[in-house]
Amino acid sequence: MFSFDLLLGAIVLGTLLGCFYAAVSIGLSVSFGLLDVPHVAHPAFLVLASYGVYLLNDRYEVDPLLAGLLITPLFFLLGLFVYRLYHETFERRGTDAAVRGIAFFFGVAFIVEVLIVLQFGVDQRSVTASYIGRSWRIGDLRIPIRQLVAFAVALSLTILLTLYLSKTFMGRAIRAVAQDQEALRLMGANPVRVKQWAFGIATAVLGIAGALLIIVAPVEPMLDRAYIGRTFCVVVLAGLGSMTGTLIAGIILGVAESIVLTMFGASWAPAIAFAMLLGVLAVRPQGLLGRRL
Amino acid sequence: MKRRALLGAAIAVAAIAIDAIALASGAIAQQPPIKIGMSMAQTGGLAGAGKASLLGIQIWADELNAKGGLLGRKVELVVYDDKSTAAETPAIYAKLLDVDKVDLLFAPYATVPTAPLLPLAKQRELLLMGNFSFQVNSKVKHDMWFNNAPWGPADSWAASFLELGQKAGGKRIALLAADQEFAQNLALTAREVAKTRNMQIVFDQAYPPNTVEFSSIIRALSATKPDIVYVASYPPDSAGILRAVNEIGVGDNVKIFGGAMVGLQFAAVMENLGSLLNGVVNYNTWLPEPSMYFEGTKAFFETYAKRAVEAKVDPLGYYIAPYGYAMGQMVEQAVNATKSLDQKAIAKYLHANEHKTIVGPIAYSPDGEWKETATLQAQFRGVKDKNVEQFRSAGRQVILFPEKLKTGDLISPFEAARN
Repeated sequence: MFSFDLLLGAIVLGTLLGCFYAAVSIGLSVSFGLLDVPHVAHPAFLVLASYGVYLLNDRYEVDPLLAGLLITPLFFLLGLFVYRLYHETFERRGTDAAVRGIAFFFGVAFIVEVLIVLQFGVDQRSVTASYIGRSWRIGDLRIPIRQLVAFAVALSLTILLTLYLSKTFMGRAIRAVAQDQEALRLMGANPVRVKQWAFGIATAVLGIAGALLIIVAPVEPMLDRAYIGRTFCVVVLAGLGSMTGTLIAGIILGVAESIVLTMFGASWAPAIAFAMLLGVLAVRPQGLLGRRL
Repeated sequence: MKRRALLGAAIAVAAIAIDAIALASGAIAQQPPIKIGMSMAQTGGLAGAGKASLLGIQIWADELNAKGGLLGRKVELVVYDDKSTAAETPAIYAKLLDVDKVDLLFAPYATVPTAPLLPLAKQRELLLMGNFSFQVNSKVKHDMWFNNAPWGPADSWAASFLELGQKAGGKRIALLAADQEFAQNLALTAREVAKTRNMQIVFDQAYPPNTVEFSSIIRALSATKPDIVYVASYPPDSAGILRAVNEIGVGDNVKIFGGAMVGLQFAAVMENLGSLLNGVVNYNTWLPEPSMYFEGTKAFFETYAKRAVEAKVDPLGYYIAPYGYAMGQMVEQAVNATKSLDQKAIAKYLHANEHKTIVGPIAYSPDGEWKETATLQAQFRGVKDKNVEQFRSAGRQVILFPEKLKTGDLISPFEAARN
């Protein structure tokens, strides 16, 4: 039974959900999209950040978003370290670095999962904040405030990263290394350092994204597995390395999922989302806003 | 001289006697332990309950060994992590049988990891003590299977919930179930029960695993204006569904909400959800209500509470830990009664007798399920935020079903019960 109200609700809620997808994928858009690092441990770091936020919220009653900001520098340092390790052990050694790199990052993801289990146990964890569990009413439509928070944060992250990559010297260096590493080397710059810095930023963003993850839903140590497909889907659909594309792709995915869940039946939602990815890639192999291949 | 010879002889006899006693006691000490083998989810999605179940079994084994063991032998648990997957369990149980040479088998926690083991147990004619599986023996029909779970007949779970809803005036049912075997089995029985009770199903959806956000689904559900909402969900989803219900609303018509939401039995989830739980009627297996205490129950939970902290497992442990202990008690009673480890004899005893346990008396029907259901339907009431200790008191989850364990009546409609 078609209902215009239901459709409108699905679009609004889907847009908010899509922004959340964009926020948890935007770091991967830098590490995988710009740097070509097969960072399958991205969702594991995301979950790790959620646990950091949980710790600060549970023990010291720090607001989850503020907690996300506080752990950002630590995640930046973690990113620097992990990239250096990856570069020294895999990337530097040959042309099949990407294939072997996948094994490296899967290994890292498993280690992160085990560390979380050892430290926090296997139970679900969640945080408390005034905006969790409440909704904003517009006519018949009720919008969860936590989703509005995700929307605002995703928008801010996209704008900040886009400005950083286009307006700052280091940002332009990151784009340059993504386009032609050898040319950058000939200019006297060290592409490895630039990539390490960029990977640090991609990981630092996860501090905030991890806060959103635990604001939107409870987390458990193996939750990263649910996000591997989703985050890579958003980044590839967006076009590798496009921050604005990541936001748009996230929204498209969220709206499609929400409409299918509401109007056609929940079982179809994942199939529709991934079928849409395949459809877009068939027409535009470079993704929505990606560089022409 | 003669006296010295007699004294020498006496010393020699005494020495031989002492040697003989030492030899005999050494022989007892050297008797190999009785090995009980199992896999248990210690990582992965089922690990929360798996670890609590294992702790319950360990408490039983430790107490038994402190009393002198079973048939004069210590009991040793041989446990492997099955990572919550069915792919791991056949190889683990083959190893337990052929390499570790265990004497008895306990099944892993939950339906999915257990399902592939039933054919193996039937083929080798092995006793298998089930651990919270749901209807895994319905097709295999192994006569040495004993499910250690209070589910009882297959439809009793849905029947009890829908009966409560019908008594409250409900007729229009919404079914929301995870697209996984356990939840789908429950949804299937709910459809059958609804048909026999002439109740109309107005919403029937299976949501895929890894669904992040339930707002859209709850909006679609409430648009159909149901008055009974039966939910069969898994832990991360249960929390997401309740949050969405709180934020989006499920409609004023709803008389009863819940039924089969896995996760709401665990301390961490209950603590996190806090007041969002109020009004929800959900299944459970043990609760700290006056009707639930039997011989040894209180002592068990005192020990469990201490050891749960060290083991970093669910601090309450109501859902499954006492059943782990009870599983050990049943085996202990059967082995002592038959005075053997003969699996057929133990199975025969388990079928023929009622067993006294800390979760109450247990008797089995021929299919290896409990003769009578003791699955509770309880309503959350007066729950406050961020306080796990409140769940140790009676009254927070009032038992509505079964009749013999009942401690209160349903508060309906759902919106009224939430306040």
